[in-house]
Amino acid sequence: MTRPKVVVVGGGLAGLSATMQLAQLSIDVDIVSLTPVKRSHSCCAQGGINSVNNLTRQLGDNEWKHFDDTVYGGDFLQHQPPVNEMAQWAPKIIELMDRLGVTFNRTPEGFRDQRRFGGTLYARTAFAGATTGQQLLYALDEQVRRWEEHGHVTKHEFWEYLGPILDDSGVCCGCVVQDLVSMEIRSLRADALIIASGGCGLIYGRSTMSMACTGSAASRTYQAGVHYANGEFIQVHPTAIPGADKLRLMSESARGEGGRVWVSRIPQDPRHPTEIPAADRYYFLEDRYPKYGNLVPRDIATREIFNVCTKEGLSVEKDRMCVYLDVSHLPSDELDRKLGGILEIYEKFQGVDPRKVPMKIFPAVHYSMGGLWCDYARTAAGGLHVGSPRNHETNVPGLYAIGECDYHYHGANRLGANSLIACIFSGLITGTGVANRMKSADRPLAAERASTLFDQACQGKQADYKALLARDGRGGNPYDIHQELGKVMTQAATVVRHNPDLEKALAKVHELQERAKTCSLSDMGNWTNQNVVFTRALQDMFPIAKTILKGALARDECRGAHFKPEFTMPHVDAEAPSERRRQAEAWCDRFEENNRKWLKSTIARLGPDGEPELSYEEVDTSLIPPRPRLYGIVGGEVIEEVWKERSRGAAHE
Amino acid sequence: MSDTTSSRAFDVVVLRQDGPGRPSYWQRFAVPYEADMNVISALQKIAAMGRTADGKAVSPVVWDCNCLEEVCGACTMVINGKVRQACTALVDRLLEDNPEAIELRPMTKFPVVRDLMVDRSRMFATLKKIKAWLPVDSYYDIGEAARQSQENQQIAYELSKCMTCGCCLEACPQYLKIELVRHEGESDEAFHARETEAFFRSFMGASAIAQVDLFNTNPTGAMTSRDRLDALVSEGGIQVCGNAQNCVQVCPKDIPLTTSIARMGRAATVHTLKQWFDR
Ligand SMILES: Cc1cc2nc3c(=O)[nH]c(=O)nc-3n(C[C@H](O)[C@H](O)[C@H](O)COP(=O)(O)OP(=O)(O)OC[C@H]3O[C@@H](n4cnc5c(N)ncnc54)[C@H](O)[C@@H]3O)c2cc1C
Ligand code: SF4
Ligand code: SF4
Ligand code: FES
Repeated sequence: MTRPKVVVVGGGLAGLSATMQLAQLSIDVDIVSLTPVKRSHSCCAQGGINSVNNLTRQLGDNEWKHFDDTVYGGDFLQHQPPVNEMAQWAPKIIELMDRLGVTFNRTPEGFRDQRRFGGTLYARTAFAGATTGQQLLYALDEQVRRWEEHGHVTKHEFWEYLGPILDDSGVCCGCVVQDLVSMEIRSLRADALIIASGGCGLIYGRSTMSMACTGSAASRTYQAGVHYANGEFIQVHPTAIPGADKLRLMSESARGEGGRVWVSRIPQDPRHPTEIPAADRYYFLEDRYPKYGNLVPRDIATREIFNVCTKEGLSVEKDRMCVYLDVSHLPSDELDRKLGGILEIYEKFQGVDPRKVPMKIFPAVHYSMGGLWCDYARTAAGGLHVGSPRNHETNVPGLYAIGECDYHYHGANRLGANSLIACIFSGLITGTGVANRMKSADRPLAAERASTLFDQACQGKQADYKALLARDGRGGNPYDIHQELGKVMTQAATVVRHNPDLEKALAKVHELQERAKTCSLSDMGNWTNQNVVFTRALQDMFPIAKTILKGALARDECRGAHFKPEFTMPHVDAEAPSERRRQAEAWCDRFEENNRKWLKSTIARLGPDGEPELSYEEVDTSLIPPRPRLYGIVGGEVIEEVWKERSRGAAHE
Repeated sequence: MSDTTSSRAFDVVVLRQDGPGRPSYWQRFAVPYEADMNVISALQKIAAMGRTADGKAVSPVVWDCNCLEEVCGACTMVINGKVRQACTALVDRLLEDNPEAIELRPMTKFPVVRDLMVDRSRMFATLKKIKAWLPVDSYYDIGEAARQSQENQQIAYELSKCMTCGCCLEACPQYLKIELVRHEGESDEAFHARETEAFFRSFMGASAIAQVDLFNTNPTGAMTSRDRLDALVSEGGIQVCGNAQNCVQVCPKDIPLTTSIARMGRAATVHTLKQWFDR
């Protein structure tokens, strides 16, 4: 008997957890991945994974508070039911990962140890040394290998996904893939296709992401008609080590374990950092945000570091912007035990021992909150219907998106250690839903369909491939075009955004896109041709790059990672109480007005001309009403007071 | 960066090979110097230039990488005669050792796919042979994991950092290359089966032995330790190890491989004796 089959594109945390869940439910899975799945980008995650735990519970924490921190940190731009469900599952997922053998750090009594991450007051983050992502990825990889051995899973590693195959009625029934060794193109039939292809940081040239994070798979899915949501929300991580090929992350856990960010009060102080006396050290985060200190949410830490260097001119170096991140005051053995891995990275690449000398760091592009649009099935109580095939299904039936390449969970800004949990959660819940989809017999199995549809799809991609190889070699160099794209995007669409810059960037990106259409290959061969892979990925960066820029241009407000100085909220700085009160009232009016206008997800689709067209979607904020995010705002107390009165009033109405 | 460095260039020589079974040949590239480069950024420059030092247009060198921070294991190659990751091979350090040139070769214990890219599927196949996973009942919420001591965690954590990079195998005198050629008309499945069989019969290497150690010391893994010990003492198992200790010296993750080999050696002896008495 022919059995249903699911194809999963991507073997990071999201793709692997979906695969193992499907296999457990006796569904056969083909995984396609650019790299061996064990080498997926998820292995880079350092800091940890969030959930409520027995310890935090006794300090007043619960699932609802994890949910609340997540939507508050994300500036309320995410649909709340999926986040609510994720927070409910999180402690169970940690337990599962522990059962799968993840070597989480332990307390002396043998329990899992936890640390505190940004945007929360509780130590919710479980971790395995400083390589939590690697450990989680390996545990899932091992389970999937077990299913491979059982015959439920087939891996296609060093294969590239080229796009989905849709039938006449627009239902997804497979995809076209290419073997990157033999360069053979073929189709994979699928009764459901799950895209789990991760982030798109390479659109910015250098970022903290891995080389496979080009966004190519998401872009090809987008170009085939799936909507792309909230593209403009790109997280810039406050602390990375600037490098020639990559901006290497210095995990938030360095601050979680007590690391302090500072600059000298004397611009470009020539003294060695260890010789700068306490009086001259400016711990600007602790100074400006006494409650959260060095652990303010990422967008705020990033902006402060950026401003200290640009506006205030306090960068440590003159030619290269950076500030100090200091762990040298912490005991060396504790550092080795808890942060060994990441400190080694710094030492390896900078040749300086961060246990003794403060590190130099600067913000870098790190995470895409936006991504492929996908649905969910809400329960009356505000969670998800577990088992519904609608969870994570895109607007194309049978096509799903999970992990970093989807747009759920993080809204306008992701909290540290919340991505790993979201990736695993989305994989597990989608696995269950997709398995149920397989049970409904109202569709023919993909394996039983006529082959013309699949053959035609392959021929189309084959023709594109041939045309690419046949280019006459007179166009530009794809590597140079990529560098230029990265520069334009980094300048216009990261920490601080201005409309004229965004407009100029759009024009420039369009010009680069035209140039990329004729750029030439230096390898026309038909064996392991990496030049083809790179050039094709470059071309597919443009639709998403334009979507990011257009979304950012249209969104005239500040929300989470999206910051336009022209549209910042005023301070409440009057001295006289009545005037203060009036200012706070005006502030709250404006806040409400802005939410009416902009508390919406950007939904992009590609028009017939291949250009993104924007529309907006209401956000389900029915569980936790949006409230001002007041981390460190001048006059925050009175704003909060006024806001509370208003919400109480609203509740009585 | 600064003017003084921009005009400088350094040489990179690469042992190239166009495909499996093809002859290998050397090519020399002149790479413009920049501060803070590693071998990956040098290879990126070579790819962008597409020319050798004497100006001949050539196809870009093929290599494997992903994370660029030495956690994925992809970019392993032989650099100035030493097996290591290209992403942590800093150009400044390499030029200090040998100002003439940086020499890049593919690993020799695995079949070359093209240039510096090799096929390490044998390593992943071996993980199947030794059942490198925990056979949990299900992925449902069925209870808590076992408690573990800090000491145990620290041992397990070291072992679980193995990124399947292959350095330890490249350095091992007992680990020999296996390169099968597909027969005329042989199907994918048939070739794959033949390959797996050959992989399973030949030496598993230090990394796999350490993985047996990892899974057998886990409280859940210990329940099925016998299966893994069976694999450990089968053909190609721990008995092949000649105790040369090269492996431990090249492991980029400082995994205490020889400690694991010793521990597993003892476990294997006990296991074999038990098999004898249980007959
Ligand atoms: C340096 C760093 C540190 C981080 N630390 C943390 C942390 O401490 N905590 C936390 O919660 N989050 C962290 N994150 C974020 C988190 O690691 C990622 O969001 C997450 O791992 C993404 O997982 P994924 O499964 O969605 O995709 P990935 O792990 O990126 O996997 C993508 C998969 O898709 C495949 N693929 C891509 N394109 C194609 C294609 N065209 N064809 C075929 N296959 C394709 C790739 O081969 C890969 O297998 C960190 C991120 C970075 C960059
Ligand atoms: S100790 Fe054994 S595994 Fe290690 S290099 Fe020597 S022979 Fe190889
Ligand atoms: S044991 Fe060390 S050298 Fe061997 S594969 Fe693992 S990480 Fe690489
Ligand atoms: S690229 Fe991952 S180890 Fe070097």
